[in-house]
Amino acid sequence: MGKVKVHRSTPSIDMTPMVDLAFLLVTFFMLTATAIPDEPVSVDTPSSVSEIKLPENNVLTITIGKDGKVFFNVDGQFTRADLLGKMGERYGVQFTEEETARFAKMSSIGVPVGGLKQFLSLDPEKRKLVEQPGIPCDSAQNELADWVLQARLANRNLRIAIKGDRDADFPVVKRVINTMIDKKVNRFNLITNMEKGS
Amino acid sequence: MAEIQGGGGGGKNKGDKVRVKKASTRIDMTPMVDLAFLLLTFFVMTTTLNKPQTMEIVMPEKTEEEDKQPLVNENHVLTLVLDKDDKIYWYVGITDPVLKVTDYSATGIRKVLLAKKNEIPKLVVLIKASDNAKYKNMVDILDEMNISTIKVYALVDITKVDEDLIKESNL
Repeated sequence: MGKVKVHRSTPSIDMTPMVDLAFLLVTFFMLTATAIPDEPVSVDTPSSVSEIKLPENNVLTITIGKDGKVFFNVDGQFTRADLLGKMGERYGVQFTEEETARFAKMSSIGVPVGGLKQFLSLDPEKRKLVEQPGIPCDSAQNELADWVLQARLANRNLRIAIKGDRDADFPVVKRVINTMIDKKVNRFNLITNMEKGS
Repeated sequence: MAEIQGGGGGGKNKGDKVRVKKASTRIDMTPMVDLAFLLLTFFVMTTTLNKPQTMEIVMPEKTEEEDKQPLVNENHVLTLVLDKDDKIYWYVGITDPVLKVTDYSATGIRKVLLAKKNEIPKLVVLIKASDNAKYKNMVDILDEMNISTIKVYALVDITKVDEDLIKESNL
């Protein structure tokens, strides 16, 4: 007979609040994962062993599709609105407030400036159905050079990233890179995905 | 895990023909909590891990004059020509080159690069991509530069000489 009485009881914890908390956290993370904007073309990037991550913002992305179409994207709504104004000035096109607001929220575009106004005035669903022809970047009419130049004027800290499809023909990539070098941009990031094994 | 305890609830009524046996069920919630945390961890991991990686490349500035470009001893130069069907032609030096062909596997170009790196201390690699090459060829070769830790390399334009060399060699 010990002096200390061991009080035995089987505690039962009600798990309901913990389950509530867990589901709350799941819902939180599901909703705060940012919605990926619709890209006009899906690109399969090549793999590399590089582990440098793409910076989050101040990135100017040039997407090169499998068929050699070039798309241009820059982040930051103010930058985009500013950029559209400058491009409009350069090509003599007037964009309305609404078109500018729509442009600011979009992601990659691949239409020549001539067709841009009409493209922006379409509804979002119709815009998705349009087959964008890509931004011209041949020596006769290098609109890509203008987009890059004006974007860099709008935002000095922009970094250029090239997201190319692995089967894109090299001449197109060479033209894009030469366009950059002409505009005195010498540093780029090539977007790749993680290389397995090796 | 879960258990059903019989007769825990109401009592019996002797006169009734139908006997309702109240049973209390106690469910153990541990697996559900495990599942919830698993899902949570999954979502946290996948949203942070799907950010794409980048390779940084720096190109030299465009110089107008040919003679401003740095001169290199031709014995230190390994030229790689990227062609279609994932073929890589390579040769050392400029005079009377012996053309060889290899591919992108670990036993192909990587072996060549490592061998040359050991042979030639101040190796300079010139990468020329033909118009038939694909973007992934360029990225793969730049990747191989990183893997073989070759510091001095340049992406240059392919010349007619190189194209003729490939045609004549029938490799």
